[in-house]
Amino acid sequence: MLEIGVNHYLVLSGLLFSIGFMGVLRRKNLLMLFFATEVMLNAVNIAFAAIGSYYGDLSGQMFAFFVIAVAASEVAVGLGLLILLYKKYGSLDLDVISSMKG
Amino acid sequence: MENLVYVALFAPFIGSLFAGLFFARSPKTHLVGVVNSTLIAIAFIASVTLALHVAEHGAVHVTMMTWIGIGDLNIPFGFLVDEVSVTMMLVVTLVSTIVHIYSTGYMDHDRAYNRFFAYLSAFVFSMMILVMSDNFAGLFIGWEGVGVCSWLLIGFWYHKEDRPFDENPSISPSWAANEAFIMNRVADLGMLVGIFLIYWNTGSLQYDEVFAQLPYLADGLLVSIAIALFIGAMGKSAQFPLHTWLTDAMEGPTPVSALIHAATMVTAGVFLVIRANPLYSLEAVHEVSMFIASLGAFVAFYAASMALSARDIKRIVALSTLSQLGYMFAAAGLGAYWIALFHLAAHAFFKALLFLGAGNVMHAMDDELDIFKMGGLKKVMFGSYVYMGIASVALAGLPFFAGFYSKDAIIETAFNDGSFIIWGILVITAGMTAFYSFRQVFFTFHGEERYKALGFHPHDMYKYVLVAMAPLAILAISFGWFMDNFHEFITKNLPDYEMSHHTHHLAPLLGTLVIVLAVTGIVIAYKKYAGTGANAWRRNEKFEQSFIYKLVANQYYVPHFYDQFIVQPYTEASKKFWELDKAVVDGFVDFIGKASYKIGDVSRRMQNGNLSSYLNWMGVGALILVLIATVSSVIG
Repeated sequence: MLEIGVNHYLVLSGLLFSIGFMGVLRRKNLLMLFFATEVMLNAVNIAFAAIGSYYGDLSGQMFAFFVIAVAASEVAVGLGLLILLYKKYGSLDLDVISSMKG
Repeated sequence: MENLVYVALFAPFIGSLFAGLFFARSPKTHLVGVVNSTLIAIAFIASVTLALHVAEHGAVHVTMMTWIGIGDLNIPFGFLVDEVSVTMMLVVTLVSTIVHIYSTGYMDHDRAYNRFFAYLSAFVFSMMILVMSDNFAGLFIGWEGVGVCSWLLIGFWYHKEDRPFDENPSISPSWAANEAFIMNRVADLGMLVGIFLIYWNTGSLQYDEVFAQLPYLADGLLVSIAIALFIGAMGKSAQFPLHTWLTDAMEGPTPVSALIHAATMVTAGVFLVIRANPLYSLEAVHEVSMFIASLGAFVAFYAASMALSARDIKRIVALSTLSQLGYMFAAAGLGAYWIALFHLAAHAFFKALLFLGAGNVMHAMDDELDIFKMGGLKKVMFGSYVYMGIASVALAGLPFFAGFYSKDAIIETAFNDGSFIIWGILVITAGMTAFYSFRQVFFTFHGEERYKALGFHPHDMYKYVLVAMAPLAILAISFGWFMDNFHEFITKNLPDYEMSHHTHHLAPLLGTLVIVLAVTGIVIAYKKYAGTGANAWRRNEKFEQSFIYKLVANQYYVPHFYDQFIVQPYTEASKKFWELDKAVVDGFVDFIGKASYKIGDVSRRMQNGNLSSYLNWMGVGALILVLIATVSSVIG
């Protein structure tokens, strides 16, 4: 029987982070980008919690709480902005709403 | 007495600052001329008082302050007023005073009148430092100071265009100023090497300490020092082969030529040799001294030969200066330092007079220099005629005039020393000197009034200027009468030179020979030129085609040689180096600029306003950072 160890959590965390990272890079819809960043944040939370429990140190898990709190407030502000953007451009596609030309 | 030393030294400096700081940009201010002349006169009076003091109580040595004190190197601002330097101070300040007064008249119409006085007084200050310093470093400062002032004053009319000239590829005041300055830099390098050698081997630059240690130095070293210092002297005193700048320096205003390029600055080289007489009279450097004497005799003859055919009134005087400097070096090289100094002083008086007379003629003739176009000027400019006559007689060395005593002493020295070749050259040169100086006088003041046909309206200089020149004329006549007093005064400091008995009874005979030659020269000049007709200014084609004439008129092709083998190759090389510089140094700098421009141009496309691509770039950056961290942790 395979024991679930800290490594498994870390691998899961890494995988989730990569998925989120790819999402950030590849997605064109702003809403999807938000989701992708949330995935990345939660990947990090998993790692925090796992390592915190591995060392028997609560500060890892506490930090995860902070991250969740910050992410929640960020989503609240971010979603508000998204609604405004959508009202302005009628789309959340990044290619459409870019206005600066280098 | 200490205060008088400072008065003599700093009065010209104050004059220079006065003119330079307050009046440099204002139009002609007569006050500047008056104040500066007065200040120089004060310096002269201080010098006279000092001279009397020195004669009675001996040298005055003051140390103003420490100038450079690093480790063992200790160079004070010290000034030594002894018999030698006080003689130089008297000569410098007297001639300067007269030249300053003269300049108030001569530069009357020049718009840069004030600037002229600022430079002229600065020159006197530098010259005073040169002669009064008690160490080689101070001497060198003065040496460079007079060089700079000479440069400023030769190029005083810097706005004049370059024009082709028979003897030079191109000449203009600024060209001549640069030539003089650069040629002196070449010589100054030698001088610096000499000073470094002195410091390394004696650990001091004070004259007395250096000279006290000289006998303990190795022979080869002494010879090197003597040669190096003499190279410096050759540049300043325009000895062959560094002589071409002196004749070209005549591009400067005439008072400058009189003061700097005849009476004072060019004698600095002779002064250096006289000052360093403990070095040059050593047995070990006998060959160097002989070389100095031989070179002096050669230059005396060489310059006189060029003066024989020169047409330019200032050039004739300049060449005679060169020739007389040769006499001084001949005397100094033969060990007759006091005679060299005596001739230096006598020469300063009559040569300054001659130059100022020539300046009067130029002033009257609207800056015309060709003596062939003058003639008969004695009717309109009698005062200048008398002065130039006196000066020429003194230069020619006729009895009872200043030049007679000093030049005769030099010639006798050469005979006494057994250097019969030098003696022969000097005797012949004495005849030539008489010829060319009177050729000039007769061409200018006698004969037909050729200038009339050419449309000149000459008038003599202001009365007060002519009066101011009188002291020079008096000294040109009478300075020689004080030879015995001078001898007694100066030999307290300089080694005496005794004529040995077996030649002394020949002295009157030798003197007569010189006089006969001089008179012959004058008579030939009179026969040939005093009655020159109205058309003398037309050129004699056949004569000018002859080899000798061409050789002499082209200054023995020395300027051509310099131009061909130094100036032009240097210009070529400079052009090549400029191209190299453009390709390598400029190329490298340009490459940096262009590369950053290119990189910016390419990377600008990252800033396209698209958040998605920004994020991609950010991702790339993060990946690169992770990679670097990984690699460095693996390696490190």
